[in-house]
Amino acid sequence: MIIIWLSRYMVPFVICYMIGFGLLSKRPVFDDFTDGAKDGMKTVAGILPTLIGLMTAVGVLRASGLLDALAGWLAFPARLLHIPQQLIPLTLVRLVSNTAATGLVLDIFETYGPDSAIGMAASVLMSCTETLFYCISIYFGSVKVTKTGFALPGALAATIAGVGISIFLSYL
Amino acid sequence: MLHYLWSFMILAGMIWAVLNGTVDAATQGLLDAAKDSVTLSLTMLGIMSFWCGIMEVGSRAGLLDWLTGKMDPILNFLFPRLAKNHPARKPLAVNMIANMLGLGWAATPAGLEAMNKLKPEGHQHTATNEMCVFLILNISSLQLIPINMIAYRSQYGSANPLAVVGPALIATTFSTLVAVIFCKVVDR
Repeated sequence: MIIIWLSRYMVPFVICYMIGFGLLSKRPVFDDFTDGAKDGMKTVAGILPTLIGLMTAVGVLRASGLLDALAGWLAFPARLLHIPQQLIPLTLVRLVSNTAATGLVLDIFETYGPDSAIGMAASVLMSCTETLFYCISIYFGSVKVTKTGFALPGALAATIAGVGISIFLSYL
Repeated sequence: MLHYLWSFMILAGMIWAVLNGTVDAATQGLLDAAKDSVTLSLTMLGIMSFWCGIMEVGSRAGLLDWLTGKMDPILNFLFPRLAKNHPARKPLAVNMIANMLGLGWAATPAGLEAMNKLKPEGHQHTATNEMCVFLILNISSLQLIPINMIAYRSQYGSANPLAVVGPALIATTFSTLVAVIFCKVVDR
């Protein structure tokens, strides 16, 4: 319960701490705030083109049914690796969209219950992975990097490790 | 790489849609996504600007220097070639700490700033090793407590919503460990 409490009070605490510290340092805190917020606006405006490009691509991939088909093709190799069938679409969607992946997790919760092994695996999977393509596009898109070096294989390795350990821990 | 990835997603999706008669759905999906991306960026505009403002308050009060100091050993380990006074250090530290605490909205602007500062002079389109390491770490997920998942589990009637905390901590440590090992092997 202390964890819930800590998490709930984290955001207000951080905000109050920053502002309080600024006041104690005799800073013009509101000027500082507006300067920072201006930079934030520029940042968001800067990544908007990347965001539109990525999200439309993901939209086409999902709406065309190709993502579901991909999950279907992966069902057989997944069975050989003892990966639960429901986690295949979740893993694929997790790479491209946090919102869509959350939707799939809630489907799993509704069908199997959050305390089932599959519900647990889905919960852990969401907790130890990130939206890979979103992160790469946003972070590299913002600095106009298109040759991504070893970022993609590394990120995939971390994600596969996350999916693997989620299943292992939940079906132990 | 991004050129090919992006082109593949759209072209493969469209061709698949033509072959399977889901052209209308695919077109609608594209239009909806275009609209959603603007809606998302409007949300981001508000929240990220707010967090950037708060971070600036903390930064100018000298709070983040202290924080960066505490993170130095970790940064030195992960980015051994990064100069002691490199301007990327502060946003790197802020991004990692905010990620660990689950403050994703505060982590993203700091991360973007870090990426910008890590970019070498002379405007190249190639990611440096430091940029790759930083991105891989972010994607390996640093969040210690999955507060969203706890909330969803309790919302869906879990007998023990907090049961995810232990495994999530182990799992995120493991995925981050794999990320760090990968980076250390490749980045030599």
